[in-house]
Amino acid sequence: MMQITFKINGESITQEVKPALLLIDLIRDHLKLKGTKPGCLEGECGACSVIVDGEAINSCMYLAINVNGKEVITIEGLGDHENPLDNVQEKMVEHGGVQCGFCTPGMVMTTKAYSDKCKKKGITPTREEVKKSLEGNLCRCTGYAKIIDAAEAVYEN
Amino acid sequence: MEKELKVIGKSHRKLDGKERVSGKAVYGHDIELPNMLHGSILRTAHPCAEIISIDTSKAEALEGVECVITADDDVYDVNNISYKRDHPILKKGTVNCNRDEIAAVAARTKEIADKALQLIEVEYNVKKGIYDPVEALKNEAPQINEFGKGKEQFGNKNMAESFHYEHGNLEEQKAKSKVIVKRTYELPRVTHACMATSNITAEFSPFDGRLTLWSSTQVPFLYQRDIAHALKMEPSKIRIIQPIIGGGFGSKLDMHPFEPICVLLAKKSGKPVQILFSREEEFVLSPTRQPMVIDLTTGCDENGKFTFREVEIIKDNGAYTSWGATTPFVMMQSYSSLYQVPACKFDSHAVYTNNPFAGSFRGYGNPQATFSIETNIDLMAEELGMDQSEIRLINANYKGEVTGQGLHFKTCGAIPALEKVIDESDFEKANAEPKGDRYKKGIGLGSMLHVGGGAKIYRSDGCGTVLKLDDYGYLTIITGSNEIGQGSETVLAMIAMEELGIAEEKIKVINTDTDVKPWDVGVHASRTSFVAGNSLLGAIKLMKEKLNKKAVALLDVVTDDWEYADGKMTFNEFEIKIDKVAREMHFGTPHELCTVNYFYEPPSKFQDKDFKGDVSGNYAFASQAIEVEVDTVTGNVEVLNVHVSQDVGRVLNPIGLQGQMEGGLATGIGYALTEEMIYENGELKNPSFHGYKLLTATDMPPVHFYPIETYDEAGPYGSKGAGEAPLIPTAAAIANAVSNALGVTFYSLPITAEKVLRALKEQKEKNKEVLV
Repeated sequence: MMQITFKINGESITQEVKPALLLIDLIRDHLKLKGTKPGCLEGECGACSVIVDGEAINSCMYLAINVNGKEVITIEGLGDHENPLDNVQEKMVEHGGVQCGFCTPGMVMTTKAYSDKCKKKGITPTREEVKKSLEGNLCRCTGYAKIIDAAEAVYEN
Repeated sequence: MEKELKVIGKSHRKLDGKERVSGKAVYGHDIELPNMLHGSILRTAHPCAEIISIDTSKAEALEGVECVITADDDVYDVNNISYKRDHPILKKGTVNCNRDEIAAVAARTKEIADKALQLIEVEYNVKKGIYDPVEALKNEAPQINEFGKGKEQFGNKNMAESFHYEHGNLEEQKAKSKVIVKRTYELPRVTHACMATSNITAEFSPFDGRLTLWSSTQVPFLYQRDIAHALKMEPSKIRIIQPIIGGGFGSKLDMHPFEPICVLLAKKSGKPVQILFSREEEFVLSPTRQPMVIDLTTGCDENGKFTFREVEIIKDNGAYTSWGATTPFVMMQSYSSLYQVPACKFDSHAVYTNNPFAGSFRGYGNPQATFSIETNIDLMAEELGMDQSEIRLINANYKGEVTGQGLHFKTCGAIPALEKVIDESDFEKANAEPKGDRYKKGIGLGSMLHVGGGAKIYRSDGCGTVLKLDDYGYLTIITGSNEIGQGSETVLAMIAMEELGIAEEKIKVINTDTDVKPWDVGVHASRTSFVAGNSLLGAIKLMKEKLNKKAVALLDVVTDDWEYADGKMTFNEFEIKIDKVAREMHFGTPHELCTVNYFYEPPSKFQDKDFKGDVSGNYAFASQAIEVEVDTVTGNVEVLNVHVSQDVGRVLNPIGLQGQMEGGLATGIGYALTEEMIYENGELKNPSFHGYKLLTATDMPPVHFYPIETYDEAGPYGSKGAGEAPLIPTAAAIANAVSNALGVTFYSLPITAEKVLRALKEQKEKNKEVLV
């Protein structure tokens, strides 16, 4: 067992974990944050995407011990008491990007990380760049068009 | 002209979208019951073998294992499952395909359960399987499924199901034909690839024998009956709760062995048990679209008018018979009635093999049928020297038509849909344009016909609704129908807002619990908005009668003509809040609650023994014109633009409808170009998203959607079912576009880069021969 200390959704946590524990299992089974979805557990579908130190990663391909000293944000960490939904989530609902919704938390986290980076750099990506940013996230319901619309709308205002 | 509507026809965000986008929605994977065990299933190591022995003793001894079951267990008192009842839940004696379940384990953790599986020792006598349906039909082939009744029913022991249909005078029409085209088409095995893998959680009460299942079925009441039959239980003792469902697309129409197996584990262990599929299991175990070989002969006269269609289909049924064997119900409609067809003869045979069994998949046989029909149409046009759009227009279905099969098109948007995509894509110009050098552009057309008002294939195609208006003016809609992501619950809320003038935040839709909700046949045949919508409208009518009567008494005015808006009922200068009326109903004499219930059964009819009859409440029509660009160096086909026009009767929720179009098209494009389950000797070679290519965000072309509104009186506000249609003609239109680009016709899907390059090479060699 190894002890790790990290921040998740703003809260500091110290926990004993097995070295082989995957981040997705730490999040879902130990911390009971069930919003992160297990779509394939082989790094292909992106449903389990979370943000670690500003980067969207597949939590099924990431060892839990590697979050030591880092900051993790899951879908539950977006929004606050005043605004329960983040702008990315608002846009996803408004533009019809959600059908069955199983891929949605992953789409949201990927878009959140990408848009935060773009905003920091002061750039507005093209539609092609937005599509490219979502390439690692699979969806079987929507045909992506509305998800891309939503991800583009994040840059409005 | 239709009456002006305030809510219907305007885009409305998904009712529970915020729960889904915030991670709060609870899917089957997220359920954890106290004391819950985790189940795993041992599957055969060989697709075709005799089982000599099964030894579970080591698995049972593993710490953390609560129970192990096989077909020899006392708890295994069951019936065969599946549409033909030819599928044992756990197998003993023989295994017939790579999915076959032999034993199951329930343990404290998933890891222990999986480890226990490895400790189960099975001795096999491996046999050479039969993986080609044509081989299976030969006399010398052994009988693949011991429960099959092919010999008695169809004269061949390996025939699982067979359909014959005909209308018109085939020989007379053949004689009239100027052009006759005969081709053979081969369709691949593809899978639903729902983003959530299959899952179930079962809890069995030892006190009263009641069973609760958290299941992702899309047909809960049929499923309740199927579970009851499988486990020799009373259906009413089984409560089905549907958590949020992470994709269905037809995969959850059948009950599969893992579901009763989970119940058996719960029964034996006395604890709740959950089974979750891994992604690999999902690829291997969930049902597929039917692979098939279609021999299609079609004719037309010198003016291009269609004369006849004659088709013979061999479907690979796999080892057991699911609902998938009944897809010919839909396929024969397309052969008999897509465009005007004076004579048609249809034969379809589903043949047992040692491959995995196929099931139902969005489109239900129609993408396969439409691919063959639309390709043959292009070939006939070419031979006749006629434009591909013109030949379709002169044969298109029309309003008032009663087809040879007895389908009655009381409304029909076939011609407007065709004209729209031809016009918007500038089809004739694009079709005739020079194709380019390395990158060759092409355009293709495809049309489709599908049921739009349910389909009467079960004894009832209805849906029940209970409505409850409480003392505070809040409305609860308890509907039999289910939501699997398609947005039907949003449409129901919109209907209630429209009719009763109640705000969205005061409306709840309850649709997940068979102990609570009234009966409905389930999500299939693009039926939910149509059937559940009509059912809700019927219930609202009853509720309005109650409210109207009470308002008349309260305000001392004589009228039936109340307007419902903004939470109020208004007639001229008279006005009263709807919650006040409900309260007065409750607290005033004779004291009643503002609740109603209503059951809607569509006007559709059962087809007769010859499969003739008006099987749906109405019919949907659509056309697609798709532009592609083929890279002749790499063989890659890129879809540049999709123009789709569909007769939806009336648009209910534009944003939801558009989402169905785009999603369906993505699956259709995958079917045309990238998706294929590669099976070799009964084993799947590509059970992952790495090997099985779904479209990604960068592959999706722009979609130009033009709804056609025909206001069909059978549907709610004139609407028709829409969900399956967008993927049905897509592969056909893409194949025709690639053929237009290259001058080579493709008779099998998917049209991969390898196939394109091979075809170009053959074309080049042929041209050389001609030159020599």
